[in-house]
Amino acid sequence: MARYVINRLGQAIMLLVIVSAIGFAILHLAPGGPLSQYAASAQMTQEDLDRVTKQLGLDRPLPIQYLDWFGRMVRGDWGRSYRDGEAVLSVIGSHLGATLELMATATIIAALLGCWIGILGALRRYSLFDSLATVGAMIALSIPTFWFGLVMIYVFSVKLGWLPAGNRETVGDGSLLDLLHHLIAPALVLALVETAMWGRFMRSSMLEVINQDYIRTARAKGMPEWRILTLHALRNALLPMITVAGLQFPTVLGGALVAETVFTWPGMGRLFLDSIGYRDYPVVMGILMFSATMVLIGSLLADILYAVVDPRIRVG
Amino acid sequence: MSIGASGSEQVVAGARRLAEAHAPVLSVAGLTTSFMRERQWIPVVRNVSFDVAARETVAIVGESGSGKSVTALSIMRLIPQESGRIEGRVTLAGRDLLTLPEPSMKDIRGNEVAMIFQEPMTSLNPVLTIGFQIAEALIYHRGLSRAAAEAETVRLLDRVRIPAARSRFHEHPHRFSGGMRQRVMIAMALACKPKLLIADEPTTALDVTIQAQILMLLKELQEEEGMSILFITHDMGVVAEIADRTVVMYGGQAVETDATAAIFAAPSHPYTRALLAAVPRLGSMDGRPRPMRFPIVDKVTGTSDEPTDTPDTVSTAERPLLEVSNLTTRFPIRSGLFGKVSGRVHAVENISFTLRAGETLALVGESGCGKSTTGRSILKLVAPDRGTVLLDGRDVLGMDDRTLRDCRKQMQIVFQDPFASLNPRMSVGAAIAAPLHANGLASASQARDKVADLLVRVGLTADMAARFPHEFSGGQRQRICIARALALGPRLIVADEAVSALDVSVKAQVVNLMLDLQASMGLAYLFISHDIAVVERMSHRVAVMYLGEIVEIGPRASVFSNPQHPYTKKLMAAVPVPDPARRGARRQASNDEIRSPVRAPDYQPPVRQYREVTPGHVVQLWGEEWSA
Repeated sequence: MARYVINRLGQAIMLLVIVSAIGFAILHLAPGGPLSQYAASAQMTQEDLDRVTKQLGLDRPLPIQYLDWFGRMVRGDWGRSYRDGEAVLSVIGSHLGATLELMATATIIAALLGCWIGILGALRRYSLFDSLATVGAMIALSIPTFWFGLVMIYVFSVKLGWLPAGNRETVGDGSLLDLLHHLIAPALVLALVETAMWGRFMRSSMLEVINQDYIRTARAKGMPEWRILTLHALRNALLPMITVAGLQFPTVLGGALVAETVFTWPGMGRLFLDSIGYRDYPVVMGILMFSATMVLIGSLLADILYAVVDPRIRVG
Repeated sequence: MSIGASGSEQVVAGARRLAEAHAPVLSVAGLTTSFMRERQWIPVVRNVSFDVAARETVAIVGESGSGKSVTALSIMRLIPQESGRIEGRVTLAGRDLLTLPEPSMKDIRGNEVAMIFQEPMTSLNPVLTIGFQIAEALIYHRGLSRAAAEAETVRLLDRVRIPAARSRFHEHPHRFSGGMRQRVMIAMALACKPKLLIADEPTTALDVTIQAQILMLLKELQEEEGMSILFITHDMGVVAEIADRTVVMYGGQAVETDATAAIFAAPSHPYTRALLAAVPRLGSMDGRPRPMRFPIVDKVTGTSDEPTDTPDTVSTAERPLLEVSNLTTRFPIRSGLFGKVSGRVHAVENISFTLRAGETLALVGESGCGKSTTGRSILKLVAPDRGTVLLDGRDVLGMDDRTLRDCRKQMQIVFQDPFASLNPRMSVGAAIAAPLHANGLASASQARDKVADLLVRVGLTADMAARFPHEFSGGQRQRICIARALALGPRLIVADEAVSALDVSVKAQVVNLMLDLQASMGLAYLFISHDIAVVERMSHRVAVMYLGEIVEIGPRASVFSNPQHPYTKKLMAAVPVPDPARRGARRQASNDEIRSPVRAPDYQPPVRQYREVTPGHVVQLWGEEWSA
């Protein structure tokens, strides 16, 4: 097992290097730069611009810049934001909580609701419920997150006035109730697609399992139906869901980016978009590396967890 | 005079006990099970009646689709209620199971009637330990505490002869071989001391030596527990081996029910006669050097044609068509980041043999012995590590791709599963013509004529070319696969378990077809099979494979009448004989498992010595491992 984890970690590190190189290249290839917005300003002379460019090290060849950045990053120095000079790690840190809160809530909603819909759909295959769930999932998967977010704001905030239109808390309030009140809309928006995915995967997984020979064995043993479902079937059907969770993680992260922007949620997603706009290279690269690491750790955890719960693939 | 009330009660109770002792444990009367197909109830089992007495073993025998498994599932009421309907009466110790409410039925299942299934590999829950799966029934039905259930489970595992039972309680099913898993299933079934055990093809998926072990185990346990067994099988050999009485099913009906000995001695129904005629009997070929056709009995009239010896097809004058020497194929097992070789499967280890035109050489052995890999290595479908394969004197393994392609026209392969080896989206005609087109050998109209000709040759009709595989039965599909293999006019056909998946009467027909084709086209067959009785019927020579090596090879008559190697003897002793009179004459099944050909990376195979028994009959000298 330890060897397997070390192998996977090795692969993950290689992947991170590749991701960082590609990300760095694309970011620098994009037209404009950190200073382009000052270039139009009359107060900044060409000399000033050159001086700042040199100060930031942006005059060097790209590979040198990359190696320099990479070397520092490995040593824990992720640089400072071009915008306000704050350390990248602490910028990320101050936005991380909000994003995790959103992602976790959405994932929990999606997993519980999705599994429930999926199991029920599988057990009552082709019933009215199953048909509705299938159609519902197709619709949920087809709706763009940003559009659904805007509709939510329009209906529940503008028209009905039930939910706040954005932000994480009311300034000056910040009670748990207030936080939850703000969380509802963005979490539901983010959970929509996830629920549909979980439901679909759970349904097919459960369908496969309930037709297995060992379920017939359990019936022949005279086990009551609820026990067959909860113990014999569900444990097998949930196994692939671990992989689904691992695979869904990047999607949730991507979805959070959109949802945060729509709901002006002060998380990493919004920070990322803003930083791209400002060409704030250190912050963008920092978030990129951080999310890539999270995704890789997520999938690694999913695989390890799978190996732990599935006795067949416990590696030596 | 007055007999006290209590006295008369005693008399009645005594009479009831007496009646119960003679009453059948299970009585099935007029059982009809239908399934909903396209809004119609289609009966699959029709009006089946039979009894199973106490301590009796009744076999239900029949071919696929005869309704034998559905009969078993109907007794247990394991047919899905939405799509299946069960009618008739199923009486277990005086209670009609079909009218019981579902909760009471649960108390019967696994408690009074237990069931084991065909596929031990998939019948156990992979995420639960075997101990848990057995103990569960004890806790649920017998109300044992966890600790008591665990102790009882260990005792049950002991009873089904699982070595080191206590330590294996907490293991998951994947750590057990197929035979051991079937033992676990049996332990689970025995947990609540059922009155009746229903065994649905329990040995079909197992190797023949393991099958012998399981059959013997069931026999012993039946005697110890005093239970009745309803044994469902397609194998007349197994029936003869264990059943007291036999129900023959055909087309959903029980066509004949009688004592097993009577059925084998004097089958009354034409179908039973047809079935028995098609059963290969090991030892029936003594004194006949050449293969022999199976007699084909008409299923309706029961009249049989006379089986004839095949003509002598082997051309001894020429150089052998296929010469294999020192063929070795190993598969590395890799692990770790850089895929370091951590072991090797020695699938084929230094084997040599020849095959003449018009001759059939059978490769027999149990799962994992390397017989299929040998076939694939010869066609270079897998790359052998060492050795030479000469086809008509040309070195197959050394060929470049183009020459190999050309050479493969001479050698074709037919696989086991006729369902998986035909593309479902390709018409049968297109499938047969594919090799012709791929080699640019025929125009469209030529191909059509050739396909028509081939279909007729394999016993089908030319107009079937436009149909698709799903419209054909398993036997017909295998004929189509053979037609496809013949399309290029090959001289060698590797038949990799080509008749193993077929029902016995269909199997007999396909074997006859292959013999006819050999006579008319001079084909050489490398006939790979685990079915020793069929091998005896259709081969000229036999090679017995064990752990990648040929341990014995020679003329079929010589190897079968005078087996030398302990493994050959063991293999032949394990084959069930379809003759109830010879039952139990030779039982001494061991508890051995089939060994694995996986070796350490630095393993050096021992240098083998061989001895010639009679001309052409060669046996590998064996060592200590066989002396026990």
